Amino acid sequence: MSEQLRVNPTACTGHGLCAELLPERVILDEWGYPVISAEPVPASLRKAARRAVTDCPALALMLTDSPGQPQSSRSARS
Amino acid sequence: MMTAFHALPRHDRHAGPGVLPRLLQAMDLDAHLAAYGPPPYGGRELIGVAAVAGLTGRGGAGFPAARKLTAVAEAGRRAVVVGNGAESEPASRKDKQLLWTAPHLVLDGLQLAAEAVGTTRAYLYVHAHPGLPEQLGSALAARAAAGLDRARVQLVTAPPRFLAGEESAVVSRINGGPALPRFKIPPVFQRGVGGAPTLVQNVETLAHLAQIARYGASWFRAAGTPAEPGTMLATCWRADGTVEVVETAIGVPLGELLRLSELPPQAVLVGGYHGTWLTSVRAATLPLANAGLRPAGAAVGAGLIAALPHGRCGVAEAVRVVRYLAVESAGQCGPCLNGLPRIAAGLAELARPRPRPRLRADLERWAGLVERRGACHHPDGSVRFLRSTLAIFGTELTAHARGECSATSHRPFLPVPAGVPASQADWI
Repeated sequence: MSEQLRVNPTACTGHGLCAELLPERVILDEWGYPVISAEPVPASLRKAARRAVTDCPALALMLTDSPGQPQSSRSARS
Repeated sequence: MMTAFHALPRHDRHAGPGVLPRLLQAMDLDAHLAAYGPPPYGGRELIGVAAVAGLTGRGGAGFPAARKLTAVAEAGRRAVVVGNGAESEPASRKDKQLLWTAPHLVLDGLQLAAEAVGTTRAYLYVHAHPGLPEQLGSALAARAAAGLDRARVQLVTAPPRFLAGEESAVVSRINGGPALPRFKIPPVFQRGVGGAPTLVQNVETLAHLAQIARYGASWFRAAGTPAEPGTMLATCWRADGTVEVVETAIGVPLGELLRLSELPPQAVLVGGYHGTWLTSVRAATLPLANAGLRPAGAAVGAGLIAALPHGRCGVAEAVRVVRYLAVESAGQCGPCLNGLPRIAAGLAELARPRPRPRLRADLERWAGLVERRGACHHPDGSVRFLRSTLAIFGTELTAHARGECSATSHRPFLPVPAGVPASQADWI
């Protein structure tokens, strides 16, 4: 099952850490908020993606199995 | 033309009213009971009938009602149903008119929806238009006295904000919080009011549901088009300045509803302030149905159609609307918070003489940056309105850049509420 990185835009406060931890999937817009690629997260990026999720200061990032469905908390942890 | 309201099929379960309007007939409880009888409780079977009827949500998104009902019914926990009458488009009046005219059809639909998803917990959520909550309170009391209702209905009022009727904002307000949208993971149908699976259904949709329960799916499908069956309420702003809420079969030409040949406008707005401007020539060829509007980049939305008269400035109208949309951002999502005020200010500058050369490119970039990046669809709808403004009023924008305006009247046409929100308290 491929994973997708998503941001809760109401929780995100634009720290920008995600773009530093996962530049392959996240860039910042001109106001400092993350623009997240619609591409799935491949196995090679999974570790970095999970770190971005756990290190987000606003707890605004998540990995989802499919669009709209949150993963179980077990698999979202590292 | 697709205006035909076909004769009723003889094999239908009940005869049912064979002429329009189906909903917009003024009735107090006595008249309502004489015409229709009590709510025809029949449990979960109604969901299947609504699916065959092809009933879609009349609040704007047009989502199939049966799919929403099924999702809540199958969520596996005791559910909540909400009748959403918080119509917040400043130019739309159809839900308000329905609630004043035929409240018992809405309340029947609310009861039947509650029974279909297996709950007795229901809410009716409406704006505090003068006298309306009191009127609905009396209607609920009259039904209680007559022993009609199985679910207890609580009335909750919405703040006068553009996003107050957004599904997750409705849930937040009923939960005692501000009427602000939230991120939809998990979705409202899984986790809504009090954490329960929640059905939020527009009040017009509920009224249709009540009549589908009485008269059946094929009765419902006798109006409208095969792909988009039934009737719908539309708020029509005509070029002579008259405003009328009409109940029409889906698929009727816009030209007929707005009387375009008799009252030709310079442009037509379809779908409200999250909607799309069309040239009057194009509008005259299109029906009020999503299948016909889609190629023009437009959608029925909540049934608002407005003909902008000649002699008014479409650019000035759009500047006021986009400024209003920016003010009405909940300010919760970075892209919307940052993007909409820049878009509003940029469009205002574009309407003044000698805008800076790169402004058009800035506007297009900001539009791309806010789109699909909000918790709700406010940025998407605002950008749709902006883009169609730039496309339809190009000639007028060129005139404005030279310091000219073709308008003969600068009186505002489209309504925009006065006043700017002062604090978070305005969301309650």
